[in-house]
Amino acid sequence: MSNHDSGTGLQRRTFLKAGGALIIGAAVAPELLAQEGQAGGVPINAASGAAFSGFEPDPNQIDSWIAIHADNTATIFIGHHELGQGISTTLLQIAAEELDLDMVQVKSIPLETGKTPNQGGTYASSGIARGGPRIRLAAAEGRQALLKLASARLGTPVEKLTVTSGVVSVVGNPGQSATYGQLVGDRRFSVQFTGTAPIKDYRTHKIVGTRVPRVDIPAKAGGKYVYMQNVRVPGMLHGRVVRPRGRGAYYHEATVVSVDESSIADIPGARVVRRKDFVGVVAPDEWSAVKAAERLRVTWDMPAMLPSSPEELFERLRSAKTDDQIVVDRGDVASAFAGAAHIASGRYDSPYQMHAPFGAHCAIADVKADSAVLICSSQNIYESRLSTSSVTGLPIDRITVRYVETSGTYGRSAHADCAQSAVIMSQEVGAPVRLQFMRWDDHGWEAYQPAHTADVKVGVDANGKIIAYEYHGWQHGFGGAYVGAKGQQHMAEYAELLATGRKATLNNGLRAQGPTPFNTGDMYAIPNWKIVTHRVSPLDGYLKGNPQRSPFDIAISFGGEQTMDEAAYLANLDPYLFRRQNINGQDWLSVLDAVARAANWTPRRAASNLSVGRIRRGRGIAAGTHLSSYGAAVAEIDVDTETGVITAKRMYAAIDAGQAINPGIIEDQITGQMCQAASRMLKEEVTFSATNVTSLDWNTYPVLRFGEAPEVTAISVMRQDQTSSGAGEECLAAGAAAIANAFFDATGVRMHRFPLTPPRVLQALKKA
Amino acid sequence: MAIKLTVNQRVHELEVSPDTPLLYVLINNLELHGPRFGCGLAQCGSCSVLADGVEIRSCVTPIGKLDGKSITTFEGLPALYAEQKKLTSVPELHPLQQAVIDEQATQCGYCLNGLVMKAAELLSKTPEPSEQQIRTAMNGHLCRCGTYPRFMKAIQRAAHKMTLESSSAQQGGGR
Repeated sequence: MSNHDSGTGLQRRTFLKAGGALIIGAAVAPELLAQEGQAGGVPINAASGAAFSGFEPDPNQIDSWIAIHADNTATIFIGHHELGQGISTTLLQIAAEELDLDMVQVKSIPLETGKTPNQGGTYASSGIARGGPRIRLAAAEGRQALLKLASARLGTPVEKLTVTSGVVSVVGNPGQSATYGQLVGDRRFSVQFTGTAPIKDYRTHKIVGTRVPRVDIPAKAGGKYVYMQNVRVPGMLHGRVVRPRGRGAYYHEATVVSVDESSIADIPGARVVRRKDFVGVVAPDEWSAVKAAERLRVTWDMPAMLPSSPEELFERLRSAKTDDQIVVDRGDVASAFAGAAHIASGRYDSPYQMHAPFGAHCAIADVKADSAVLICSSQNIYESRLSTSSVTGLPIDRITVRYVETSGTYGRSAHADCAQSAVIMSQEVGAPVRLQFMRWDDHGWEAYQPAHTADVKVGVDANGKIIAYEYHGWQHGFGGAYVGAKGQQHMAEYAELLATGRKATLNNGLRAQGPTPFNTGDMYAIPNWKIVTHRVSPLDGYLKGNPQRSPFDIAISFGGEQTMDEAAYLANLDPYLFRRQNINGQDWLSVLDAVARAANWTPRRAASNLSVGRIRRGRGIAAGTHLSSYGAAVAEIDVDTETGVITAKRMYAAIDAGQAINPGIIEDQITGQMCQAASRMLKEEVTFSATNVTSLDWNTYPVLRFGEAPEVTAISVMRQDQTSSGAGEECLAAGAAAIANAFFDATGVRMHRFPLTPPRVLQALKKA
Repeated sequence: MAIKLTVNQRVHELEVSPDTPLLYVLINNLELHGPRFGCGLAQCGSCSVLADGVEIRSCVTPIGKLDGKSITTFEGLPALYAEQKKLTSVPELHPLQQAVIDEQATQCGYCLNGLVMKAAELLSKTPEPSEQQIRTAMNGHLCRCGTYPRFMKAIQRAAHKMTLESSSAQQGGGR
């Protein structure tokens, strides 16, 4: 088993008790999820994931979760946000399964405060792990209540009843029956959770564990899906923010010196919106707003507080005064290294990267004197409501937040900033405002995945057994400011800080912002193991950070999994067999074996089969995860030694996410992760000057293109007897590290900084 | 002065400034949901439409430059397909749209407009493209979720179906 007891409080997921009571347990310490979800400091209820209370459906009432209609269909009130990951399908599968309904009989409604339950935010690949059990429990309670009603109507004890497609009938006498619609149809249950509803044995599942087609794809493919960017409301003005192109150092933000309103006087209807250092424009039509934002002359004071180069960034992190935390301290690392037959060690540097949602953010706010409506994309509408309250001064029971999907965001990019900017603008102009970010607003003002630099060291004995592993990582925190009273705290992003005049605070101690036992070494049995995270204040001249899909894992895998590969090389072992002989339990072994089998891996030492000629082929393998699932990947790449271009030709990846609700969706998530792994390992790096970010569009922040996409073999390892864990980011790090290892196999050269761009590749090959 | 614009075979008279990019007219004046704002810089392809069958980026194309052109958006693809294939009725979905459903080839779906419009243009010119031809043709369209491998399969599936339909139509068959 790979449970942790090394003083971290982290635990892996658990086995289900067949047919027994439902286990509602966060697979990971709530603290860690809280940190990642940025509800840090607020205790998260491990069962519901709810971090906030007040003016929301009572989570212990069946009616808060389920409505049964007269036509024998059901509406499930889901509190998790569809972000493109398919959760609007998988949570419905769970509900349909437990209610004995068919998929065509269930639907959900758009998220809205006060109408859909507060299930906390949707992040950390936790929608199924945390949200699923709650939906399952509610559906089981609903089914039990329906069976009680049927029992009374049919004069038969509950034990003698059976349900198919929402029709309750007497066992042995199918003619004696009643539909759910007849029993409750469009009336309320008015029943509290009993805590006694039986949960189905996973061995009887008919919908869970199957490849149900996604419920959102027909409308998306048919052009009928409504995205946030499509929403319009009567009487609205079109808004744009006006900011320096590219943000500067967090906490040392740009300030307005002057605004020349006459510069847009010739644009009919256009006007300036200003609150402190927040500047925007509104106009009756969108093109006028775009032109006004382009032309408005604003003079900014921008402190030159950022490092002037990535090299300076890494040195600044390493020489900063740090708040150190020993994450793992097992055995005696120093003595073990002293006795090692081989030691692999190196420094590994990882850049700032950005979420870069494909669709620029959009929001509509209508703030009146006594109420407000915010329509936005969010990962947590209840948190968006708290932000709106803080910005407007209105009490939360006068605020409604409606969620509408935007493009995928892969973590917290700029949605809160865009939403609260719309709120500020609407409050200032006294009309509904539709704010559409321009591309440079998203690229230039999002909250980036922070850079990371690491010293990694692995010691093995003469047989290639790992005897010691030491990891030191440096990174700054995400930063931000907690706002609000106890129990209603939330994280304020840029626009909210501007509007309220609050300053960012140092939030170093609360977050999972770096190496954890999960992403740093858990895959291997390591007798002497030390992880130290050197935490740097985010306020000392860095970019604003927020977690990006698989936060820090790619950086940590880049160093950790390459050093493991190096150790295998020094021990003269095949990298797959080396990992196999050091593996930490059956769970890791099954994903590692799955990808090796899929890739038809034949053992040999890395870089022992260097191809000649311009194109060098290589293959690499790695294991890794984000939190509590298990991931592994193999990459096959081509390196063009003349241009320095690396092409990820084929990727094989596996995730064991425990009970798979929908293996087709997990495979889809794996495929997307392999494309993003190639993108982030080969292409993505946020550039900046001392004053501001200079990656402002898709040319200055290139991402993987269609023509560069790998072929992907995706494997969802089915473990239906276990609780579910995440699948949205659990093989991204392994995929990225597999590419780095494949580069060594192709060239015999180890890369110590990514992305592996053509200039960097050519330089490394020249030096070798 | 009103500008005349043909979109999805309907003529619209619009009171907008001629420098307005086509995209803003499509999403605001005509309230279409297919073309979308992604970058406004002709870099990502989320705003793509067909002008006389050729894919263009509506976010940087001033409406004043489209005089006499016939614009097809995502919404008009099934009708365009019916016209190209001389079908007697307009199908509910273009074969590419159906293939996206069959292959489950999208995640957030925001890029889908551009991917489908470009692929429709490709298949109208090259009915049976090789994998490399698809990669080259589609290279100007980004997908941040990483659905490229599945969308590749969707294009191949649609191409296969469209070729079958063409050959059965030529044989005087049909459905």
